[in-house]
Amino acid sequence: MFPTPIAKRSRTAQVSYQAFLPFALILWLLPLIAVALFSIKPEADFANGNYWGWPSSFEGFNNYGRVFFESNMPRYLFNSLLITIPTMIGAVALSAMAGFALGVYRFRGNLLLFFIFIAGNFVPFQILMVPVRDLTINLGLYDTIMGLVLFHVAFQTGFCTLFMRNFIRALPYSLVEAARVEGVAEWRIFWYVVLPLMKPALAALAVLIFTFIWNDYFWAVVLTQGPGAQPVTAGITEFNSQFRAAYHLMSAGSIVAALPPVAMFFLMQKHFIAGLTLGAVK
Amino acid sequence: MLRPAVRSQIKGIPMATAPIVPDRHPPVQRGWYKRNEIRLTPWLFLAPAMLFFAVYVIVPIGQSVWISFHEWDGLGEATWVGTANYDRLLGLGDQNMDRKFETSFWNNIRWLILYLLAIPMGLFIALFLNQTVTGIRVYKSLFFFPFVISQVVVGLVFSWFYLPREGLLNAILGLVGAGPINILGDPDMATYGIIAAGLWPQTAYCMILYLTGLNSVDPEQVEAARLDGAKGWRMLWYVVLPQLKPATFIAFVVTIIGALRSFDLISIMTNGGPFGSTRVLSFFMFEESLSEFGFRMGYGAAIAVVLFIIMLFFIAYFLWSMWRDEKEGR
Repeated sequence: MFPTPIAKRSRTAQVSYQAFLPFALILWLLPLIAVALFSIKPEADFANGNYWGWPSSFEGFNNYGRVFFESNMPRYLFNSLLITIPTMIGAVALSAMAGFALGVYRFRGNLLLFFIFIAGNFVPFQILMVPVRDLTINLGLYDTIMGLVLFHVAFQTGFCTLFMRNFIRALPYSLVEAARVEGVAEWRIFWYVVLPLMKPALAALAVLIFTFIWNDYFWAVVLTQGPGAQPVTAGITEFNSQFRAAYHLMSAGSIVAALPPVAMFFLMQKHFIAGLTLGAVK
Repeated sequence: MLRPAVRSQIKGIPMATAPIVPDRHPPVQRGWYKRNEIRLTPWLFLAPAMLFFAVYVIVPIGQSVWISFHEWDGLGEATWVGTANYDRLLGLGDQNMDRKFETSFWNNIRWLILYLLAIPMGLFIALFLNQTVTGIRVYKSLFFFPFVISQVVVGLVFSWFYLPREGLLNAILGLVGAGPINILGDPDMATYGIIAAGLWPQTAYCMILYLTGLNSVDPEQVEAARLDGAKGWRMLWYVVLPQLKPATFIAFVVTIIGALRSFDLISIMTNGGPFGSTRVLSFFMFEESLSEFGFRMGYGAAIAVVLFIIMLFFIAYFLWSMWRDEKEGR
């Protein structure tokens, strides 16, 4: 309702608004459009200084083909998947349980525990870096996918618990009480009463965690090295040194690396946004 | 059906006469777990999350503080040096403050202040897009798009955008006759160039928070205010913004945390350069403890502790606000 709906404004205002929209969008996405344009240009265009003109030939298939067949990119993408999906499952599972405990039961220290989870979620990564790296090395998990997954599950549990607990708080408590009167065991209340109602929260967190973990760079650099276990965010720097100054290939590589979370976002938009607002903005 | 506990209570009431129908159920012997179910269940449910969180988040904070009082290369024995790391970092006693720390600290302040611009910018775009015309949903998601891309790719995209010869920015500046500028190569401009890159996804995030918030603005209040003659800025300030308070709070939280966490963009775009002018505390810490410059874990931990203390002010404020809401909610 605010600002004044365009439908109530003059005809000129409506037309100019509609005309300005695509213009504003292009301006907003300009750096990205530039990269997309680079990624379909032939190498010759860069040598000739034709950076911003029309591509002299369409080399999209060629450039993207080379990303997939002449570099470690597929390996990095696969690593990213192997890191992201178990983390997603682990963090959602742990936090669903923790959120249930904090949202449904009253006990001493409930709020304190909840606040520790929130606070932990805000700490700078650097204060965890040295001990976590040390722990990972001692567990023999340095430069393994497992090492990254374990840390990510632990850290994301903080944020997820915040979200889950608030979501469960908003559910009608009488459902739990009714089940208790019926003599249903507590774990069954979780599994058969609360969990089915949590589906939107589970979906929101799953897409959000997917994006966060896919896009993680810091921990990938701290806990892994080389194509054996590195995800695509860290791998892209190696990819770029392989194709130094070959902007058409580096652009294509970046687009490939960025695409999976983008696809996830467009497929699950509603859940994604519900997650981002931390469930606080309805 | 009554639960066993209730039944045994009824049975326990002394009665004048023997019951007409004798209770054929023997008293149910319930296990220790069953009797304490309500008390135990939350802890069982919390146990895995608490274990993970303690091992990977809570304990390491303490360990980092401990390491910061040592000199340690990450492999051999750590030597206790007391507050020497902090003395050197902050220039206590007769030494000067570490120049790198000084640069990093002031850059962090720049990040904090300028990053907050994402909030009004996000609000502005949200207001611009808060209309119902055909295709507006697609526009909204495309405007949000930069947030979904990893910071690494945002960093790459912007460093190419800024390139002095091939970059689009200079191509555009050339059109209006302005000379080519090398933003990331100039120590005075590089940090601002990186912050601008960071503002791009952050603005998108704030925009989506406000768009969701605007959905729940009460149309009757807006209509009533409109009848009273409020419009434009006054309407925004006195009627709409108060209703957007939850969105503003979250935008504030995520922007502050994002500003202090900035690492990826700096690492990708300039790697701290030129001449170390774009370092921030998080990057400086990484550089000291885990890069070709050496493995000074103790010194790195001290930097991390300082950053943590700065962040703690904000964390305390956030928690206090949430705690207040929690009290009101109950």
